[in-house]
Amino acid sequence: MTRKRRRLMLLGLAALGLGTASALALTAFQDNLLFFYSPTELHDGKAAPGQRFRLGGLVVQGSLHRLDDGRTITFTVTDTAYDVPVRYAGIVPDLFREGQGVVAHGRMGPDGVFMADELLAKHDEKYMPPEVAKALQDAGHPGAPGAAGKPALATSEASASPNSTVMQ
Amino acid sequence: MIPEIGHYALILALLLAVIQASLPLWGAARRHPGLMAIAEPAATLQLAAIGIAFAALTWAYVVSDFSVAVVAGNSLSVKPMLYKVTGVWGNHEGSMLLWVLILALFGASVALFGGNLPPTLKARVLAVQGMIGAGFLAFIILTSNPFLRLDPAPIDGRDMNPLLQDPGLAFHPPFLYLGYVGFSMAFSFAVAALIEGRIDPAWARWVRPWTLAAWSFLTVGIALGSYWAYYELGWGGWWFWDPVENASLMPWLSGTALLHSALVVEKRDALKSWTVLLAILTFGLSLVGTFLVRSGIITSVHAFAVDPERGVFILLLLAITVGGAFTLYALRAPRLKLGGVFAPISREGALVLNNLLICTATVTVFIGTLYPLLDKTVSVGKPYYQLTFVPLMAPVVAVMVIAPLMAWKRGDLPGVLGRLKFAAVGTVVLILAAAWLQGGGPVLALLGFGFGVWVVLGAATEIAERVRLFRIPLRDSLSRAVGLPRSAWGTAFAHAGLGIALLGMIGSSYWSTERLVLARPGDRIDLAAGYAVEFDGVTAGQGPNYETRLGDLKLLRDGGFVTDLAPEKRFYPVARMPTSEVAIHTTLTGDIYVALGEEQADGRWSLRLYHHPLVPWIWGGALVMAFGGALSLSDRRLRIGAPRRAAVPAVGSPA
Repeated sequence: MTRKRRRLMLLGLAALGLGTASALALTAFQDNLLFFYSPTELHDGKAAPGQRFRLGGLVVQGSLHRLDDGRTITFTVTDTAYDVPVRYAGIVPDLFREGQGVVAHGRMGPDGVFMADELLAKHDEKYMPPEVAKALQDAGHPGAPGAAGKPALATSEASASPNSTVMQ
Repeated sequence: MIPEIGHYALILALLLAVIQASLPLWGAARRHPGLMAIAEPAATLQLAAIGIAFAALTWAYVVSDFSVAVVAGNSLSVKPMLYKVTGVWGNHEGSMLLWVLILALFGASVALFGGNLPPTLKARVLAVQGMIGAGFLAFIILTSNPFLRLDPAPIDGRDMNPLLQDPGLAFHPPFLYLGYVGFSMAFSFAVAALIEGRIDPAWARWVRPWTLAAWSFLTVGIALGSYWAYYELGWGGWWFWDPVENASLMPWLSGTALLHSALVVEKRDALKSWTVLLAILTFGLSLVGTFLVRSGIITSVHAFAVDPERGVFILLLLAITVGGAFTLYALRAPRLKLGGVFAPISREGALVLNNLLICTATVTVFIGTLYPLLDKTVSVGKPYYQLTFVPLMAPVVAVMVIAPLMAWKRGDLPGVLGRLKFAAVGTVVLILAAAWLQGGGPVLALLGFGFGVWVVLGAATEIAERVRLFRIPLRDSLSRAVGLPRSAWGTAFAHAGLGIALLGMIGSSYWSTERLVLARPGDRIDLAAGYAVEFDGVTAGQGPNYETRLGDLKLLRDGGFVTDLAPEKRFYPVARMPTSEVAIHTTLTGDIYVALGEEQADGRWSLRLYHHPLVPWIWGGALVMAFGGALSLSDRRLRIGAPRRAAVPAVGSPA
C-alpha cells in the first residue's frame, strides 16, 4: 500500500469513527435525554405520559412522611403555584430536607403521584439547583432567588458546594 | 505581611512566565544561544516564585489568618490541621494556585533534566510552557486572587464544606492535576515540534515518558476520586457520569490513545501528524475539564460556585491555546514527512484501530457532557453512556489483548489467535464458573466478566510467550523474565490492571446486594454471602468541629464475629451540613458497606447495608495500571532518552 493510499484509508477510518460516534450519540439521545419540568409545566401537560423526566421544586414543609417499610418516603414538591405529590423508595441524600430545593428523577404514576427513582438534593445553605431557582421565579414566588432581578443564589461566593447525589 | 509576599511572588511568577514565553522563542528563531538559555533560569525561578506564593497561602491557612478572604470563607480555627493544609486547594482560588504550581514544576523539570534535548527544541518547549503559565497566572491574579484581604477580619471562618473534610482531599486533587497538567508537556512538545517542523523517533522518545507519567498520575487521581465518592456519598456508587468526572475521563482516554500512537512514532516513525494532533487534543481536553469544573457552567456533583467572569476567562484561554495550536498544525503538519508503511494487520494497524475506537468513545463522552450546555432543561445520564461509550470500548478491550502479540509491519492474525488459545479456554471456564456461582447472572454481566478475564489472561499470555514458558526449561524462562525490558512488564501490568478494574466494575454493578432497613438495638440483619450485621444502638459524641452520632454494629459471618462497624452521622454546625461517614469492611472478594440513616419517631434507626462483590478490584486495578505506567517509565530506554535500535524485535519490542 502506498503512503498516499494509507493516508486516505486512515482519513476514511477517522471519518467512519466520527460518524459512528455521532450516530450512536444521536440514537442514544432519542431515548435518554432527561427533560426538566416544574410542577406548573406538569400541570400544563408538558410531559408525555410514561416519559421519564426530572421534577424540581421545593419540598413542602410538613409534607415528608416515611412509610413503615423503612425505605419509602412521600413528600410534596411545589413551585409555589402548583404542588406535585412524590413517592420515592431508596436512599435519601443527607441534604434532603423540608423547605429545601430538590430534583427528583422518575415518571408520573397513573394515580397522579410522581414515582421517583433518584433524588438529588444539591445545596448547602446557599446553593439552589439553577432549574429549581428558575421554576420558582417563573411561578412568581416572591422570595425566589432571582425574583428581585438578581442572578440565582448559586452565585454565592462559597467556592465549593458539592451536592449529594443518590441513585438506584 | 506574609500574604502580601505571596501576592508579590505570584506577580513575579507572571513576569517570569512572560519572559520565558517570549525571549527563548525569539532566540530559537535567530539561533541565538544566549536568548535560548534564558528559558532555563526563567522556568526554575518561576517554580520558586509560585512555590513561595503557595507556601504563603498554606501559612495563612495553618495559622488561620481570617483576614485573608479565602481562608475566612473556607476554614475554621478549630478545624483539624490536616484539613487546614488540604483546605489550601479545597477551594477555587487555592486549587488554581496548585494548578500553576504543578505546571511550573513540569516546566522546571524540563529545564533541569532536559540536558540532552536539542537546544532549539528545549527553548521552544519551555517557551510554550511559559505561555500556558502566563495565561493561567494572569487568570489567577485578575479573577481569582487567593491573597485578597478582608477588612475587618472576621473572628472565625465559615468552615470548609464538610464533604471535603476528608483525607481524600489531600491526594485526589494533586494527583488529578499532576495528570491534567502533565499533559501540557505533550502539548508543549507537540507545538515546539510543529514550530521546528521536525518530528522523529527521538522526539517521541521525549514525549512518551511525560505522557506516561501524566497518564499514570491521572489514573491514580481518577481512582482516588472514585473511591472518595464511593465512601463519602454514602451509597456505594463509584462512577456517576457526572460532568466533572467526565472532564477527567476525556483527557485520560485521549491520553491513552496518545500513549499508544507515540509508540508507533517511536518504533516505526509513522503516525506522526496524528500523534501531534492527539497531543494537542489531550491537553485541550484537560483545559475543557478545567473550564467545566472552574466555571460551574454545568450542574454537577461538584457544583462549584458559578462565576461567569472566570468561565469566560478560561474559555478565552482555551480558545487561544487550542485554536493557536490547531492553526499552527494546519500550517505545518502537511510539511511533516510521511513515515513507515505497514499492512492493516500488524501491530501498527491494531494500535490505529485502538486509537480510532478510543477517540470515537471520547467524542461520545464529549457530546454527552457538553450537550446540556446547548439545552439547559436537559440532562444526560448513565443510560446514554451505556449505549454509546460501553459498546465502543468493548472492541478496544478485545483488541488490546491481540495487539501486543502482533508483529510490527505485517502481523499474523491466525498465529496470534492460536497463541491465545489457553487464554480463550481460561476465559470460557471462568465465565462458566461465574455463571454457576451467581446462579446464571445477567448475560451482559457474564460478557463483561469475560472481557475482564480475557484481558488479564491475555496479558499473562504475552509474558508467557516472551519467556517461552513451558517450551524451554523453567529456569531459562525465569532468566528471560528477569531480562525482559521493563516496558514489556509495564504493558502487561497496565493491561492486566484494566482487566482487574473491569472485573470490579462488573461485580459491583451486577452482583451487589442492598438492604434498607429500620432497626432497633439488638436486631440482626442478614445480608449476602453468609454475612449478617447486628445493630447494638447509637451513641452521641463530639468531634473538633462537628457533632456526631456513632452507630455500634457487629459484622458476623456464618454466625461468627468478624469485626466491629461504626458508621457515623455527623453534623457540622458552622457549615450547617450533615454528612454520613460509612463503615466499610474490605476483603479480597468484596466490601461490606454500612451507612447510618436517620432516627425514626419510634426510636428505630434506618440503616443501609450493602455487599459489593469485587468492588475493591476497581481501584486495585487502577493502581496496577498506574504501576505498569511507572514500571514502563523506569525502562532504561526512556531513562537514557538516547536513540537505540531494538536488537531482537521478538524480545526487545514492547508495546
